[in-house]
Amino acid sequence: MHDVVTQVSNFIDLTWMNMTYLFLVGFVGGLVSGFIGSGGAFVLTPGMMSIGVPALVSVASNMCHKFPKALIGSLKRAKYGQVDVKLGLVLGASAEAGVLYGAHIQESIKKAFGDAGSNLYVSVAFVLVLGIVGTIVLRDALKSNKSGNAYEKEKVTKLARWVQSINIPGTMVYFKSINAKVSVLMTIPLGFATGMLAATIAVGGFLGVPAMMYVLGAPSLMASATELVIAFVMGLGGSFKYAMHGLVDIRLSMIILAGSLFGIQLGAIGTTYVKPFMIKLVMGLIMVIVLFSRGLMVPVYLSQLGVIQTLGEGTVKILKTTSFAIMILALLIGAGVVLNAIWKGIREEKLQNSTKEVLEHGKI
Amino acid sequence: MERKGVRKKKPIGKLVLMGVVSAALYVTLLMKQDIIIDYFGRGGLYAFLPIAAAFIFSFFHGSFTGSFWTVLGVEARKKKEVK
Repeated sequence: MHDVVTQVSNFIDLTWMNMTYLFLVGFVGGLVSGFIGSGGAFVLTPGMMSIGVPALVSVASNMCHKFPKALIGSLKRAKYGQVDVKLGLVLGASAEAGVLYGAHIQESIKKAFGDAGSNLYVSVAFVLVLGIVGTIVLRDALKSNKSGNAYEKEKVTKLARWVQSINIPGTMVYFKSINAKVSVLMTIPLGFATGMLAATIAVGGFLGVPAMMYVLGAPSLMASATELVIAFVMGLGGSFKYAMHGLVDIRLSMIILAGSLFGIQLGAIGTTYVKPFMIKLVMGLIMVIVLFSRGLMVPVYLSQLGVIQTLGEGTVKILKTTSFAIMILALLIGAGVVLNAIWKGIREEKLQNSTKEVLEHGKI
Repeated sequence: MERKGVRKKKPIGKLVLMGVVSAALYVTLLMKQDIIIDYFGRGGLYAFLPIAAAFIFSFFHGSFTGSFWTVLGVEARKKKEVK
């Protein structure tokens, strides 16, 4: 990654189809990010690669769209009182360190085992993290919905209560989302892990948001909003790093941003129309579906590394296509849920307002 | 007969202004691709160029998209913050 590459070969020729495709993927990714705090990135990088953009340029350009998108998203959600800026910055600082370390590990694996090894590592990380965390989040969401307590204040987990009870003098900081003082020695590993995951699978929020909810005790609305601050910090730092190597294709970044800024504002608006458990539901759903998508690619990489019998070209193509399709499906499902919530919510509010007006006219 | 609560004015002026600037930025980006790629891809201190561009685009386009949804009537639910 540190080799200086020829500029001309990095940057593809843009066609109207490519631009429309990137705009639309950006929109859907932004919509999901605005709602759950993360999630568009894992489609964008392979999405760019599928139109011929080199892998590193895809990652770099994705980063350079991620931080301005996260900035706008967090500003929007801050208007709704959902962002804990202090927590976002504190976690962001250690997340940045995690990103650098995670990138270093990626480079070492690539050197030792080549592209197939690197891809396998990324896929295994996907499967493990999404499998474990996604199941926890989804189960929690379904429990909240079933118990009929969807509107009640979310319960703080035993783990979070324990973390909040730890008092290490000189390290305690008050966070408004947790409504308690927590030691930064607790937040450092969480932020670091978020950054490492971001460097590995491009989505740190799949650890960051659940960590804020279940380990620190922040409500889901604030955790998902605060994640956007962490994403901004990580994205800015990462973009600088890549830009210094001339790897950012600003055209791709800005075209994706064109779509994602529409989407992220809409996603943010959507959070005001849903019960808190919906954030967990959408997040858990996307994580579990993407898990299957990535899981399908594991045999492909194992075959490329010679760990299992070589798979036929036809089989590999089917697995790759199905994997990509499932990934798109995950995003579309998430986007569909968000759009449905907004549509229903606005209709309901319009109905309430017109009923109010009729009643008021009747009083005169 | 006074109506309770004046209806908020839609930011159409802001939408148009930001839309024009945003469109101009994108047109420039696409029409001057070659020069932009040349400078933005140089690395080193030129790294500030893509970062600055991202902030500029996000300011104007972010403003435009925000006004866009407001003018369309797609806004946050009007209730106190949910914790």
